[in-house]
Amino acid sequence: MLRHYLTLAVKVLLRRKFFTFISLFGISFTLLVLMVATAMLDHTFAPMPPETRQDRTLNVVRAAMYGPSDTSVSSAGFELFDRYARDLPGVERLSIYSSVGVVHSYIKGEKIESSLKRTDGEFWQILDFSFIEGGPYSTEDVDQARFVAVINETTRRKFFGTQPAVGKSLEADRQRFRVIGVVEDVSRLRSVPFADIWVPYTTLQSDGYKRGLLGNFNAMALATDRSALPQIRDEFRSRLDRVELPDPKESTTLVAPFETHFESYARDIGGAQKWASEKDPNSQGWKLTLVLSVAAVLFMLLPTVNLINLNMSRIMERASEIGVRKAFGASSQTLVGQFIVENVLLTLVGGLVGLVLSALVLRAISESGLIQYATFELNLRVFGYALAFALLFGLISGVYPAWRMSRLHPVDALRGGAAR
Amino acid sequence: MIRLENIEKVYRTDRIETVALTNINLEVDEGEFISVMGPSGCGKSTLLNLIGLLDVPTEGHVQLDGAPITTYRDRQLAAIRNREIGFVFQTFHLVSDLSVLDNVQIPLLYRRMSNRERRERALEALDRVGLSARVHHFPSQLSGGQQQRVAIARAIVGRPRILLADEPTGNLDSHMGEEIMGLLEDLNRGERTTIVMVTHDQQKAERTARIVRLFDGRQVN
Repeated sequence: MLRHYLTLAVKVLLRRKFFTFISLFGISFTLLVLMVATAMLDHTFAPMPPETRQDRTLNVVRAAMYGPSDTSVSSAGFELFDRYARDLPGVERLSIYSSVGVVHSYIKGEKIESSLKRTDGEFWQILDFSFIEGGPYSTEDVDQARFVAVINETTRRKFFGTQPAVGKSLEADRQRFRVIGVVEDVSRLRSVPFADIWVPYTTLQSDGYKRGLLGNFNAMALATDRSALPQIRDEFRSRLDRVELPDPKESTTLVAPFETHFESYARDIGGAQKWASEKDPNSQGWKLTLVLSVAAVLFMLLPTVNLINLNMSRIMERASEIGVRKAFGASSQTLVGQFIVENVLLTLVGGLVGLVLSALVLRAISESGLIQYATFELNLRVFGYALAFALLFGLISGVYPAWRMSRLHPVDALRGGAAR
Repeated sequence: MIRLENIEKVYRTDRIETVALTNINLEVDEGEFISVMGPSGCGKSTLLNLIGLLDVPTEGHVQLDGAPITTYRDRQLAAIRNREIGFVFQTFHLVSDLSVLDNVQIPLLYRRMSNRERRERALEALDRVGLSARVHHFPSQLSGGQQQRVAIARAIVGRPRILLADEPTGNLDSHMGEEIMGLLEDLNRGERTTIVMVTHDQQKAERTARIVRLFDGRQVN
């Protein structure tokens, strides 16, 4: 039976070329946009090197101090983590690292701008960087404030051309570092690991960074296992509740939650303004999920309605066939099945076209260098999403017309579909 | 076998009410070949649709082998149509996108059987109507007479006990009409298929065992 339906579907689609073209265009364009968006989200949030342990990693990337008249929002200070985030139960490793900053270097009179991140040794133990040359610096290197650096592939090319970099030195903002490792480029969208140059935080020119609850640092906690994540969040929050704030008249509440990458984005989406208005230390991830879902639904709605319309007229043209099938024993349910199979086939073909188009568009975006070091691609996971989108699209746009059609009275259907 | 009791069929729209049939009482025995005659618009096709369970009467009862099918639900009616009834229409109603073989298989799609068995039975039915050489053709490649023979093959492929033919020769020239009439008579005699045929053609009607005449939705004798 399925073979018969598929044969019929193919024949109908081939016979009505214009309709097929319009439908396929709508479907593939919609899926193209959804898939490009999905690939970008996947690239930003899904676990992938160097963030392979993302499922049991939490970060603090923002901190805010709320007072009766004023709110300060920034990154947290080193002290906050050093004093309150060490020895949190359930934490296997804790890394404290700075936000990325821009540094300048000069080679033969040419100015080179790089993103630099100052980290501890644990940073390299939690994240899974892929080293092309050498290796990372250790906790001992950090404790001894050694001027060593790990750089990425692009920085190696800028400074040393095609030559190996390990053992050579480079200058950044008038500090000289010896390169001990070279890693593959990491996309700018992966804000935790991203940088061009990584150096020990102890190489900062003054030790002023050690003081202050707000500052320029982030923390990353690797849990012993996933079940320990809530405990880590709760314990850190309750420790913060007990922190003595420097000026209780100015600030009364300190919020610096351990969150997933996705949750941090959700909280950060409205910028400092939004942080200022929300003291809520609970996860805001649901808001971003909601925004993304609503956007996806709205985006799919218009082409779906369009496809429903096209399907309605197509089905009415086939009223006589519906009448015949009913006369020869097809129940309404069977007919609904038949038309859904046809529609799903159409959307799957559209999905396939969309998939090819998405691959091309994503390659073009990656090559354009619009987002630093980002290489968007259609992996198996994105393909899975695409397939799910196409099926959902096919079902939604097929069900209503099929239902309307199945309710056609067989006598009317045989007469050509005029409603009684 | 088929029994219609005090049948009335009224079509209602917002403004008007059209009485298509009134006070129809009819019994058709197993193996009988009857024809229904009357002028256009007298309710012949409506009567055939009621017998074929494609429509329900406004009043009265339709019984098949004593079962009160007027009370059945869509799925049950579909199953009975599939097993017991075959239809032949004046305009053939073949699915233009499907080959002759696929068209004939349609009734068997709604039964549990293997693809192979379906195909074999469809080929058998096509052989019965003399179209074995045309199985891979499409309807548009056939003459009117051939199309109607495909339609008959489709109607008999499920070996139904009842065949309902709505002016099966109405769109054909006399030679082809004769062929189709011959096929129906063979089915009636050979397989004892019960046939109810709507026709305008007095000569063809006279070849059947009984003529039911309708005028303005009423039975006249």
